Amino acid sequence: MSNSAFDIELPLLLEAVYLRYHYDFRGYAAASLKRRLGSAMRQLSCASLSQLQDRLLHEPPLFATLLDFLTVQVSDLFRDPAYFRALREQVVPLLRTYASLKVWVAGCSTGEEVYSMAILLQEEGLLERSLIYATDINATALERAQAGIYDAARIGGFTENHTRSGARSSLSDYYTAAYGKAVFDKSLKANIVFADHSLSTDSAFSEVQLVSCRNVLIYFDRELQDRALGLFRDSLCHKGFLGLGAKETLRFSAHSGAFSSFVANDRIFRKEAP
Amino acid sequence: MSGVRQAWRNIDAAVIGASAGGVEVLSLLLPRLPAACSASFFVVVHVPRERPSLLSELFAERCAVCVKEAEDKEPVEPGTVYFAPSDYHLLIERGPVAEVGQGGPGPADHSRAARGPTLALASDEPVHFSRPSIDVLFESAADAYGERLLGLILTGANEDGADGLAAVRLARGRTVVQAPRCAAAPILPEAALSRGSVDLLLSLEQLQELFASCPAGR
Repeated sequence: MSNSAFDIELPLLLEAVYLRYHYDFRGYAAASLKRRLGSAMRQLSCASLSQLQDRLLHEPPLFATLLDFLTVQVSDLFRDPAYFRALREQVVPLLRTYASLKVWVAGCSTGEEVYSMAILLQEEGLLERSLIYATDINATALERAQAGIYDAARIGGFTENHTRSGARSSLSDYYTAAYGKAVFDKSLKANIVFADHSLSTDSAFSEVQLVSCRNVLIYFDRELQDRALGLFRDSLCHKGFLGLGAKETLRFSAHSGAFSSFVANDRIFRKEAP
Repeated sequence: MSGVRQAWRNIDAAVIGASAGGVEVLSLLLPRLPAACSASFFVVVHVPRERPSLLSELFAERCAVCVKEAEDKEPVEPGTVYFAPSDYHLLIERGPVAEVGQGGPGPADHSRAARGPTLALASDEPVHFSRPSIDVLFESAADAYGERLLGLILTGANEDGADGLAAVRLARGRTVVQAPRCAAAPILPEAALSRGSVDLLLSLEQLQELFASCPAGR
């Protein structure tokens, strides 16, 4: 099949973004990237990707807007309750054996996964001796994650998920509702470090016992997936845990041998001895 | 309008979209596919989001072809029906796109080019309140397969899928719609027809003939 103008413009735009802003989307899966760039073009009234590229190169403020299109910000507190239940029932007992605990929530976006993890660890009595690294490439999303403020309209769904995750407390213990917003408790944030980190270009930064990276790898092509999984392997301690999204698999990865399945249904893996 | 029997000429893959009444009509169609048929099939049926989708298991038992739930990065195989998992969009990844800044074509690029289409999942926002969305599947498949794609819109009670079928038409693929008068819910097929002409407008009986006539391996 011959390449359309869009297909020619796409790698050029990604290269321009990389050279100008040092954000590397060149290893992102093309199909959904095309879709999101299509939305960006419509929203920004650009007739072509070349036009969008031209504006991006010459109007730096536009890049933050584009970043919101390129990075996906869709999650809920305790999304896929079965995953958190499996963490609670099968991983937490082993995490208890560590005197201090480090957890990496990679690609945390606006923070839903981070607060879910913090609340779970708090309920299990582990938060006090834990440090959670919450990383993302989108600075605006990280700021929102750090603020921990969500629309009150979402709390009903959050609460239901939380209950189904095997909750030991009420979600309302962790937020204050005011003016249509729910503000999550400062005490949860005391043990969270929010940081800018790119799975495309940055390296491992700490040894951790658990990596939770859900619905992030599906946006990467195989090569970038392998890079990210290599970072997780290098960051995890001996027999450390890796949690992925409900439909993510290591089956097609070069690193499939580095992990064994721990809770197969809920996509929790364990690092194998090298 | 070409006949049902010519519908599979030069077709490598088919995308199928349905919502209300979809499971029932698919259970009359998918079992008709011959075991050795050569095309690949991608299916989005709207089902309640919270419930794990058992569609692939349900149909695997009834069909001669291989039926499975789509996995991320999975290479597309012929003679296989892939269902989109619930709460994820299913997209078709074309395989290699032209790369720049990689030092030109080399052995590595060749191995990339040798890859055929693969499946991709995404958890982007719902489209028309739907995830998986028929539009998202159809648009990405139209991009991946172009004129070698057949798009089929069945019964449905919202408009998700109508723009997707238009994308198949724009990419010169073949377009097929279940006749609204014999669809359990006519809103989707009517919306699809309102976006432009289609190659085949078929009754349930003709759809069964279409599925039964899918040709064996190339």
